[in-house]
Amino acid sequence: MQDLTPLNDMAVVIEHLEGKLADISFEMLGKGRELAKVSGGRLLALLLGRGVKGLAAELGAADTVVVTEHEALAHYTPEAHKQALAAILKARPPRVTLVANTAMGMDLAAGLSGSLGWPLCAYVKDARLADGRLTAVSQIYGGKLLAHADMEGPSAILSVLAGSFPADAGKATGTPQVEEVAPPPLDKVRIRFKRLIQPEAGDVDITRQAVLVSVGRGIQSKDNIPLVEELAEALGGALSASRPIVDQGWLPKTRQVGKSGMSVKPKLYVAVGISGAPEHIEGMRGAELIVAINTDPNAPIFNVAHYGVVSDLFDVIPLLTEKIKSS
Amino acid sequence: MNIVVPVKMVPDLVEELEVDAAGHALDRSFLKLRINEFDEHALEEALLLKATHGGTVTVLALDTGEVDETLFTCLAKGADRAVKITGDFQEGVSSHAAAVVLARALGAVPHDLILTGVQAADDRDGQVGILLATALDLPHVSVVSGVEPAPGGKAATVRQEYSGGIMAELEVDLPAVLGIQAARAAPRYAPVSKVRQVMKTQKLEEIPAPPVEAGAGSTVSRLAKPETADRAEILEGSPEEVADRLLALFAERGFLKR
Repeated sequence: MQDLTPLNDMAVVIEHLEGKLADISFEMLGKGRELAKVSGGRLLALLLGRGVKGLAAELGAADTVVVTEHEALAHYTPEAHKQALAAILKARPPRVTLVANTAMGMDLAAGLSGSLGWPLCAYVKDARLADGRLTAVSQIYGGKLLAHADMEGPSAILSVLAGSFPADAGKATGTPQVEEVAPPPLDKVRIRFKRLIQPEAGDVDITRQAVLVSVGRGIQSKDNIPLVEELAEALGGALSASRPIVDQGWLPKTRQVGKSGMSVKPKLYVAVGISGAPEHIEGMRGAELIVAINTDPNAPIFNVAHYGVVSDLFDVIPLLTEKIKSS
Repeated sequence: MNIVVPVKMVPDLVEELEVDAAGHALDRSFLKLRINEFDEHALEEALLLKATHGGTVTVLALDTGEVDETLFTCLAKGADRAVKITGDFQEGVSSHAAAVVLARALGAVPHDLILTGVQAADDRDGQVGILLATALDLPHVSVVSGVEPAPGGKAATVRQEYSGGIMAELEVDLPAVLGIQAARAAPRYAPVSKVRQVMKTQKLEEIPAPPVEAGAGSTVSRLAKPETADRAEILEGSPEEVADRLLALFAERGFLKR
C-alpha cells in the first residue's frame, strides 16, 4: 500500500573536512529547524564519512543524525557521496533537503536532483514554507537579481549560499538520536581520492592583514594593478584580488579572496572595481569596515559595503593615495 | 582524446538587467548576451589539453540567440568542430532541459572528456555539467582547476578547489564531465579579423534538438533587485571631494599611519 503520510521532515547534508564541521552546516541546521517548525516534521542531519560518528555530538540542533560510514566515504568524492545520499534520501524522502552551495555541495545538489528527479533551486539565500508551499529565493546573475520561485513536487533540494543564515541558530547543544544507516554498495566508484593539497604559503598571508585593498575586473589591465597596490601600501595594508584577476594570472592564487580563495576578516577592506558576485562576498563579508568603489551603481558589492563610491577608480584611487601619503 | 565543450550564452552582467513587466523574467528585448566566462576557461583548458595530448575539441551550443559569432570565435581559437543545436530556446532554457538536449546530442559526438564552465550566471536550477553527467551516467567533478590525463587516456587526475585555498586531488575514470573553475592559463583571445576569416571559410554544423519534457521544477513568481536595508552609504561629489571624504573616514577610524 502506498504511504500517504505527507513529507514533513527537513534534511541537512552536513559538510565537514578533516574532522571539522563547516560553518555552513550550522547555518543550514538553523534554517532547517525553522522550516521543520512550520512543517511539524523532524530535522535530520545527514553525516557521511568514516570515523565521523563523534561529530554527531555537535549536531544538537537536529532531532536525528543519520550516520553513514564506509571506506569509500573516508574522503569526500562527488560520486560515492552522491550515491550514498541518494539511497538515504530515497528511503526517507524529506520535504526539503538543504545542501551547501560549495565545491563539495554543488556536485551533490545537482547530482541528487538528476538522480532522484527532485527539483533543485541553486544559490539559495532564503526559503519559506507556508500552506505546504515551498518558496526559494535564489541569488542569480552575479548577485544582481533575486528570483523567488515556487518549488514543484513533494520533495525539493535547495543548495544554499554560505552566509545566508546565522550559524548560531544551528549550534544547539543536545543529544540527538543517532541512526546508523549502511550505505548502498559503493564498490564501482569511478572517482578516487588521492590527497589534499594545503594552500602554498605566499609572500603575504592575506588572512592576517588588518587592511586589505582588493582589486577586481574594473582594473582592466595588469599594468594598472600598481595603482591599487600603491593605495594598499599607503594604508599599510596588503593587496588582494577577486577571482577574475587571479584567473587572468595577474596576481597569484594566494591573493585571492572568495569562495575558492581565502576568507578574510580585516579591519578595513577596500574593494576596487569589484562587482561583488556571491562567491566574492562569501570571502569578505566579515570585514569590519568595507568601502567599495565601482562605476556600476547596481553592483552587488554596495549591498555589503558600509561606504560606497560610484565612480571611475582611475579618477579616485590615485588622488586618494596621494592624499593619504601627504596626510 | 576527444574533448567536448558545451558552451552557453548568458546575459552580460556589465549591462543593466531589466525585469519584464510581469516581474517574472528578464526583459530579453534589449538583452546583450555573451559566452559564459567559465565556459571560456573550459574551452581554454580543452585547447591546452589538445595541444599536449592530441585529439579534437568540439564545441556545442544550444541556439539561445546570438550564438553563431560565439561558435565562430571558438573555431578561431582552435576548436575543430562547432555544433549549433537548434530548437525553441530563444526565451532561455532551464539547466535540466539543456542537460537532456546535450545528452541526446552527445550520442552522435564521440567524447572522452566533457568540459563545461563550473557554473553560469543564470543556472538557477543547477549547473548544466552536473545534470548532463547524471543524464549520461558519467562521473562529474565541479570546481576543477587542473586536469591531467593519465597515460592511455583511461583516467585523469583533477584538482577540486575547496574554500580556504585547500584543494583535493582526485582520480577520475574517463569519460567524465568536469566543471572548470579556471584553466591553467588565461583564456586566449581571438582577433576579430581571424573570427571574420573563419566565418568565411568554416561552417557551423547544425543538429535539431529533440522535444524535451524536462523543466526547471520550479516557477519564478518574482524576479527583482535585492532590497537591502543596510546598503552602503554612497559618498557623492567630485573625485576630489570623494577622496577627501574617504581620507576623513580612514583618519577617524585610525587607519592613517602617523
